[in-house]
Amino acid sequence: MSYTGAETWGIIAVLGIGTFLIRFSFLGLIGDRELPEWVLRHLRYTPVAVLPGLVAPLVLWPEATGGDPDAPRLAAAAVTVALGVGTKNVLLSICGGAGTLYLVQFLIG
Amino acid sequence: MSTPPRRAYWQGLRDGAPFILVVTPFAMLFGVSASEAGLPLAEVMGFSVLVIAGAAQFAALQMMMENAPVLVVLATALAVNLRMAMYSAALTPHLGHAPIWKRAVMAYFIVDQTYALSTLRYERDPALSLRARVAYFAGTASPVCLPWYAATWVGAEVGARIPPEFALDFALPITFLAMIAPMLRTAAHVAAALTSIALALGLAFLPYNLGLMIAALAALMVGAQAELWQTRRRARAQ
Repeated sequence: MSYTGAETWGIIAVLGIGTFLIRFSFLGLIGDRELPEWVLRHLRYTPVAVLPGLVAPLVLWPEATGGDPDAPRLAAAAVTVALGVGTKNVLLSICGGAGTLYLVQFLIG
Repeated sequence: MSTPPRRAYWQGLRDGAPFILVVTPFAMLFGVSASEAGLPLAEVMGFSVLVIAGAAQFAALQMMMENAPVLVVLATALAVNLRMAMYSAALTPHLGHAPIWKRAVMAYFIVDQTYALSTLRYERDPALSLRARVAYFAGTASPVCLPWYAATWVGAEVGARIPPEFALDFALPITFLAMIAPMLRTAAHVAAALTSIALALGLAFLPYNLGLMIAALAALMVGAQAELWQTRRRARAQ
């Protein structure tokens, strides 16, 4: 890494301010105004629109394996989703997924 | 009988508590990786306190380890965080009437988990008072965001090497999957999720996380459109 201390702090400061402005954008600027129905209808789908896309490459192409699909991680993902859909219990799903990951890693050595 | 703010805070705390188990190793991992990459403790903590966004911090660190130009480091990490504009927008109908200073403080604490838990709760209980909503948000932020600082510090200070067989890299995907699964309540939600996955994978070659941005926008539209179709079909059937 070849950055001066000032450069690193500059990166941290701009990232911090930029990220805050992104987070504050609608909540701070639009504030009290009512949002129209079509906007609300789209916003209802923000979690299921962003998170699956964020997580899919991490499941299929994990960095820890250099991007190759990996049986323990795929099995862990499948068990986590199945438990989540079946039980709606987040902690149980996480434990089931983590348990599956370690179990399959242990089994295939 | 509406929920008093104090109870809402504790409910948020309880709902967020499971995430301590994933936030802690994730933050420690950032502390360990950043200090191993050569960042001094103050700068490692600077990331976790001022940016407080795991995926973006890892993205910035990755780019810095590749000695990317400062502008590329910034663009990559901020692109990862663009999704938070949607979180901000989604929280606005529920929290937009709070005083400006409270909105500023809450904005700082908008992360995947506080956003997901809070919007789920607000949708399930529309009668919740504004003060109770703010309290619930603060409740979710406490166990999710505060351990982030502490665990980063432990990771950076101890600099302990976590053996790869613990596969901590997969803590984040598992958390997200566990959060997504209960959201798949209707066909419209499933359609949005499948669109998001297909396009994010198909467009993964695009730089600066643009693929995820496009996938998310398309998935939003698919979800909203599918909901319209469902509503119309139901209206016709009646």
